[in-house]
Amino acid sequence: MTQEMDLNQRFEAYIASDQKIEAKDWMPDAYRKTLIRQISQHAHSEIIGMQPEGNWITRAPSLKRKSILLAKVQDEAGHGLYLYSAAETLGITRDEMLDALHTGKAKYSSIFNYPTLTWADMGAIGWLVDGAAIMNQVPLCKCSYGPYARAMVRVCKEESFHQRQGFQIMLNLSNGTPEQKEMAQDALNRWWWPSLMMFGPNDASSKHSEQSMRWKIKRFSNDELRQRFVDMTVPQAELLGLTVPDPDLKWNEATGHYDFGPIDWSEFEQVVAGNGPCNRERIETRVAAHENGAWVRDAAAAYAEKSAERASSQTSAA
Amino acid sequence: MADQQHEWILRLGDDALVLAQRLSEWCSHGPALEEDIALSNIALDLLGQARALLTLAGQREGQGRDEDALAYFRTDREFRNALLVELPNGHFGDTIVRQMLFDQFAVLRYEALASQTVDLELAAIAAKALKEVRYHAAHSAQWVVRLGDGTEESHQRVQESLNVLWPYTAELFEDDAVSQACAEAGVLPLNGSFTARWTEQVRAILDEATLTCPESTALLTGGRSGKHTEHLSYMLAEMQVIQRTYPGAEW
Repeated sequence: MTQEMDLNQRFEAYIASDQKIEAKDWMPDAYRKTLIRQISQHAHSEIIGMQPEGNWITRAPSLKRKSILLAKVQDEAGHGLYLYSAAETLGITRDEMLDALHTGKAKYSSIFNYPTLTWADMGAIGWLVDGAAIMNQVPLCKCSYGPYARAMVRVCKEESFHQRQGFQIMLNLSNGTPEQKEMAQDALNRWWWPSLMMFGPNDASSKHSEQSMRWKIKRFSNDELRQRFVDMTVPQAELLGLTVPDPDLKWNEATGHYDFGPIDWSEFEQVVAGNGPCNRERIETRVAAHENGAWVRDAAAAYAEKSAERASSQTSAA
Repeated sequence: MADQQHEWILRLGDDALVLAQRLSEWCSHGPALEEDIALSNIALDLLGQARALLTLAGQREGQGRDEDALAYFRTDREFRNALLVELPNGHFGDTIVRQMLFDQFAVLRYEALASQTVDLELAAIAAKALKEVRYHAAHSAQWVVRLGDGTEESHQRVQESLNVLWPYTAELFEDDAVSQACAEAGVLPLNGSFTARWTEQVRAILDEATLTCPESTALLTGGRSGKHTEHLSYMLAEMQVIQRTYPGAEW
């Protein structure tokens, strides 16, 4: 018991002095569990997040756009891979994490349960959803767990490219035909509020926040990050000549921030609870990909085993 | 000769574009994350080749058509790809066998194109593409071997894929007035000249994969003159929908 207390004190002191915790360092169980939950949830979001954008790859309106979108979705698969690997350093396997995703035990970002109805949604997702993700993720590059922090450095570099390509799509649409501009406004109308929800519940009702802040897994509160996102994005919407769908939105001279209207948390709770427009399809698609691929993974494993046997029998014969 | 060149380059470009489109359908449906990434990568390479080739075809044609005009505003009767690359993806084994059969051909064709000095623009595109398709060929051959020599189920599945796809391979080696004109100009040898090396390499892969090379002599052909399978028109309907719905818009 005393030994555990010593370890805990050393751990807390280490974190307090801004040092990184590495995979083999001692850490409290709760810290490990929190990280596994957060990193795997993040990895799952990347993987499920491939679907709403993947939905438009075959219909992209030019070969250049097709190529950029395909590269972007492929980056997301890559982010999923680094993040699963970062989580594996904490003693869980990718199979266990995927199983939790497939059976609904693990969560992923609710934003991906909304449908992508038009090409403008590719712009809105890059601009708003990746923009919000960057706000959340840049501080994670300094999080206390080394493997996660390092994975995030790479993820954030690519995300900022994704955000720019999304904004570029919106810019082309806003400067385009009346139909294109309408498409852009419609996408902003549909993605604005779900993007604000990506920062999670208000600070007062966020259940994981306080401990994570103390452990330096989280560096800023949900509401702080949400405010930063609004302050950054509203001028960009003005530049695009689009209207943010919030009648209460106005610049507050006194605070130096935008005030914005209340978020409909009942919608958020519905989507988190599995009742969003695409929850069922997203998981069904993921599970189908996994199940349809089972014979392929089995074949690869069987072949690897045979090859190893052949190699060892050759060695022993020699 | 100028007309024939344009026609010839379209064939190369359409092979790459149509196969890229098929492979991109795999995105987020792959059997493992690593393979999802690999198939997207191959699709991206092929798409890059298609863009360079269609741009060049448009320039040689001299009617002001760019890559997008050629990709989005031709009908299926105007596409010049081989039938093999437009076939639906099927399961992963179908996709990978189709890829292996095509990759082995693409390597030979790009090797020849990269080493000729008659058309230097085409040679430059081919030299870049060759590095990519050599990697694709290694990837698809490894998977054919893994699946062929994997489990009993995987063996049966890919043998069936091979039996179904084999009759589409002969089209790759057909020659006509267009390919003869290109051969005479020294841009590319006749397609038929690749048959022996292709067959030898494919047989070596199939042997290692413990698969049986089909004996079929059926010849399913028509793509080079725009007589496609029923599948292509659906693929194009999906690919071209936005451009055709909003003609003249910039994206």
